[in-house]
Amino acid sequence: MRGLTWQYLIKRLAMFVLTLWLGMTIIFIIPRLAVGDPTSAMLGRLMAKGGNVENSQELIQRWKERFGLDQPIQVQYGRYLYNTITFNQGYSLSAFPATVDDLIQRSLPWTIGLLAVATVIAFVIGNAIGALMAWRGTPRPIRNLLPISLLFTSIPAFMLGIILIWVFSYTLNLLPYTGGFDRQFTPGWNSGFILNVIQHAILPATAVVVVRMGSWALGMRGMMITTDGEDYMVLAEAKGLPATRRFWNYGVRNAILPQVTSLGVAIGSIAGGFIIVEQIFTYPGIGSLLFRAIQDNDYTMIQGIVFYIILGVSIAVLILDLTYPLIDPRISLKKN
Amino acid sequence: MTMEHSPNGAKKTQVVLAVRDLSVHYPTPDGDVIAVNHVSFDIYKGELLGLIGESGCGKTTTALAILRLLQPPGEIAGGALVLNGTTDLAHLHATQLRQVRWRDVALIPQGAMNSLNPVMRVRDQISDSIRAHESRRISNSEMRERVSKLLRLVGLPERVEQLYPHELSGGMKQRVCIAMAIALNPSLVVADEPTSALDVIVQRVVAQNLLDIKNRLGVSILLIGHDMGLMAQLADRIAVMYAGNLVEIAPARAVLKEPLHPYTQLLIEAVPSIKERKPLQVTEGLTHDLRYPPPGCIFQARCPFVMDKCRRVRPPLQVVKPNHQVACHLYNAME
Amino acid sequence: MAAITADPTTPAAKARRHSARWNSPWLNAKLLLGLGILLLIASTEFIGPFFVAPKLAIIGSSPTNVVPVWVTNYDKRQGFKPPNPEYPLGTESKGRDMLAVILVGTPRTLRVGLIGAGIGILVGIALGFLAGFNGGWIDSSISTLADVMLTIPGLAVLVVIASYATELEIVNMGAIMALFAWPLPTRVVRAQVLSMRERGFIQMAQLSGTSNFDIMFREIMPNLLPYLAASFTESVALVILATIGVETLGLGPTRIPTLGMTINNALQSTAIYRGMYWWWGPPIVMLIFIFVGLFLMTVGLDEIANPRLRQVRRQ
Repeated sequence: MRGLTWQYLIKRLAMFVLTLWLGMTIIFIIPRLAVGDPTSAMLGRLMAKGGNVENSQELIQRWKERFGLDQPIQVQYGRYLYNTITFNQGYSLSAFPATVDDLIQRSLPWTIGLLAVATVIAFVIGNAIGALMAWRGTPRPIRNLLPISLLFTSIPAFMLGIILIWVFSYTLNLLPYTGGFDRQFTPGWNSGFILNVIQHAILPATAVVVVRMGSWALGMRGMMITTDGEDYMVLAEAKGLPATRRFWNYGVRNAILPQVTSLGVAIGSIAGGFIIVEQIFTYPGIGSLLFRAIQDNDYTMIQGIVFYIILGVSIAVLILDLTYPLIDPRISLKKN
Repeated sequence: MTMEHSPNGAKKTQVVLAVRDLSVHYPTPDGDVIAVNHVSFDIYKGELLGLIGESGCGKTTTALAILRLLQPPGEIAGGALVLNGTTDLAHLHATQLRQVRWRDVALIPQGAMNSLNPVMRVRDQISDSIRAHESRRISNSEMRERVSKLLRLVGLPERVEQLYPHELSGGMKQRVCIAMAIALNPSLVVADEPTSALDVIVQRVVAQNLLDIKNRLGVSILLIGHDMGLMAQLADRIAVMYAGNLVEIAPARAVLKEPLHPYTQLLIEAVPSIKERKPLQVTEGLTHDLRYPPPGCIFQARCPFVMDKCRRVRPPLQVVKPNHQVACHLYNAME
Repeated sequence: MAAITADPTTPAAKARRHSARWNSPWLNAKLLLGLGILLLIASTEFIGPFFVAPKLAIIGSSPTNVVPVWVTNYDKRQGFKPPNPEYPLGTESKGRDMLAVILVGTPRTLRVGLIGAGIGILVGIALGFLAGFNGGWIDSSISTLADVMLTIPGLAVLVVIASYATELEIVNMGAIMALFAWPLPTRVVRAQVLSMRERGFIQMAQLSGTSNFDIMFREIMPNLLPYLAASFTESVALVILATIGVETLGLGPTRIPTLGMTINNALQSTAIYRGMYWWWGPPIVMLIFIFVGLFLMTVGLDEIANPRLRQVRRQ
């Protein structure tokens, strides 16, 4: 593949593994900082808060078997790492005997689908607006989009989500506000279902897109301005190249590179913000799952979901890192 | 005041660029900075005219004005830039300007380090200037051939065409810029200090390249610089600028052997000689504030031969010997 | 031959000096506007108690479901009570006066932000200098750690932490937030230190015998200030965002109201669909002001730090 060297690949993979490992370790350590034997303590708290875990004895027994709670901490740690990686994280405390991984994997596609689409849309539109805003030839009305999009960029997505629900669902009654789809539709690849899904996805997606769009626009505008002052732009103008060519091949092509890097950095916060958006909209993704888990004090679910979130983000960043050399020839080009 | 003699003093040759009374101002809240002050000179076909002067004297600004690349707030305050006797570059509007650019007047930039687009291959950067100006469809194979030919002209191996700028050395980048500049066979190439950022050995190669394209293609070159030694080797004629004014213009030999203007004399004196040991000549004083040029001669504050007339009357650039123009009261116009 | 110099006593010169003072880059419109907004909001801490008794923010202190003063017709079926000038913004279903909630919750939110960002900045300065100054493996390890911490979604881990730690003091919460607030300032400081190293004047200082400490504070800091300030305001926004996020999910303190928990309560009680906009509205409005104010400050400080981003007038 053009531009990809072994060193680069290995370095990126190492980062991926390191991030994942550190994340898992943090998740492992936190409960153990607070309490001695996590499982009993979990259950103790659960029952103290009024919940009643069925088959609690069986649960504790199975847990001890799987995670070796009577074993030294290193063994517990090792087992934890192994089980987590193989997607074998145990049972949900509130939905026993359903397993953590099972429940999550059912909700995961919803989240990934919506989030991926929304992120891409926000990135493309945001950067397009930003680039246009920096170019002298853009008409006034589009330029005035800048302060407006800036306003939206500073607020978190879920707050915009609440406002959107208020306006579009409650007041105007245009779009649905809960769930991923209405009950009367059977899930499957039929047009009725898909349209309904889209209808439900519009508001949450809009919340995410509008909020992120502004920051990309601002960044791209800054980068285009910086690029405009570069020597190669001056030479491009001296060459008498048409404006469109200068804009795309000399301007955008260079300005987009740091933006792609920023995307990698931003993925973590986008994912984090989306969790709450899902909660607001009761969208059937892992965000809502997490919300319910918190309410139910389902610690195993909470940890499991957080692991998946870290995993997802790390994979996304890895993919981004690996595609970067394809667009920037200066990175890791093979030695001549 | 037109020059009717060619560089070698023989019959009349074609004027490629006639700069007439060019003035460039940079408006500031505290007054206009006069970067170029009523400058006039001609560039002949096939000659290399060296424009020399200290930093800030306006030589680069003159070059930028010719190319219409002045960045705001700088602007051409007056004068004409007549190309090939027909087109006034100073008054072209956008579409015409875009057509004239590169096809008739090209640029070899100062810092080639940053002048090449980092994300485009060399061949694409050369070819896009060609495609932008030739209306007919050029096939890929024909383009590849043209690019190869251009690279060979500047002495670069063919494989350079597929490389990215960061894979090239400084000298190679500069030579790619030269190849780009002659891609459309322009009448005039403006070379803005093309060797300043290079080490001496590479300088030699690039300088040779410039001579080659001048001799082989008959391209006129306006070479901006501050290295008198380099000018001596390359220029047919040399024009000296000080504080935005043209003070002397003559064939290279004449400028070097018998400089007439006191400033030029000081410049020549300052060049270290391999033959003799001489004390370092320091020119007294500082350049004046470019917003408030003094009345009379602009060099009056530092001139060793300043007279009373110099403080009152601005000396015009006039022919005092065949082919030799000076702006100084020490000399009288040739009859 | 006397050199021609500018005469400082001419009227032109005096005018120039005067205009220079008013042209200071720190007088950036965005920065001032943002700062103004935030100072106004911060003043709620002191001025608030004069308008409303803070105890009205406690559960059960006021009648429930009172509509705001400007509402004329309301849904009696929902159990809403008529507007009452004693509770101008209405009350919610647990009997908390909304105005009091806002005036009590906002300062707490600001405080978490300041503490978290403050700690983050201090750590960032320390680590950033270490990394930029020393280079080598120190730099590699710090940078790698910062990159990893940036990638890991902070909110997710905070959720885990918050689910185990029940009632969090504001200070502790801020400190925990700092865990995820330090990578950004570290990167900023490190980048600046590196670029200054390349410019050679650090070497000059070292050669002239200045101690590293002195170099840090006399040479580097002054140049770093706008970047640090922008980083700080950005971090405050991030910390507040994370705090609000965690609280909206229901993991915040329950005794004293905070803006995030209020939103959470509103959501739990389906306040949106019951039309009780005065429940979730005021916290959101306050938060919007806070975020917009911080954002303006960050952008303004960014422009001060990087002059090229200032208004570019092209023709």
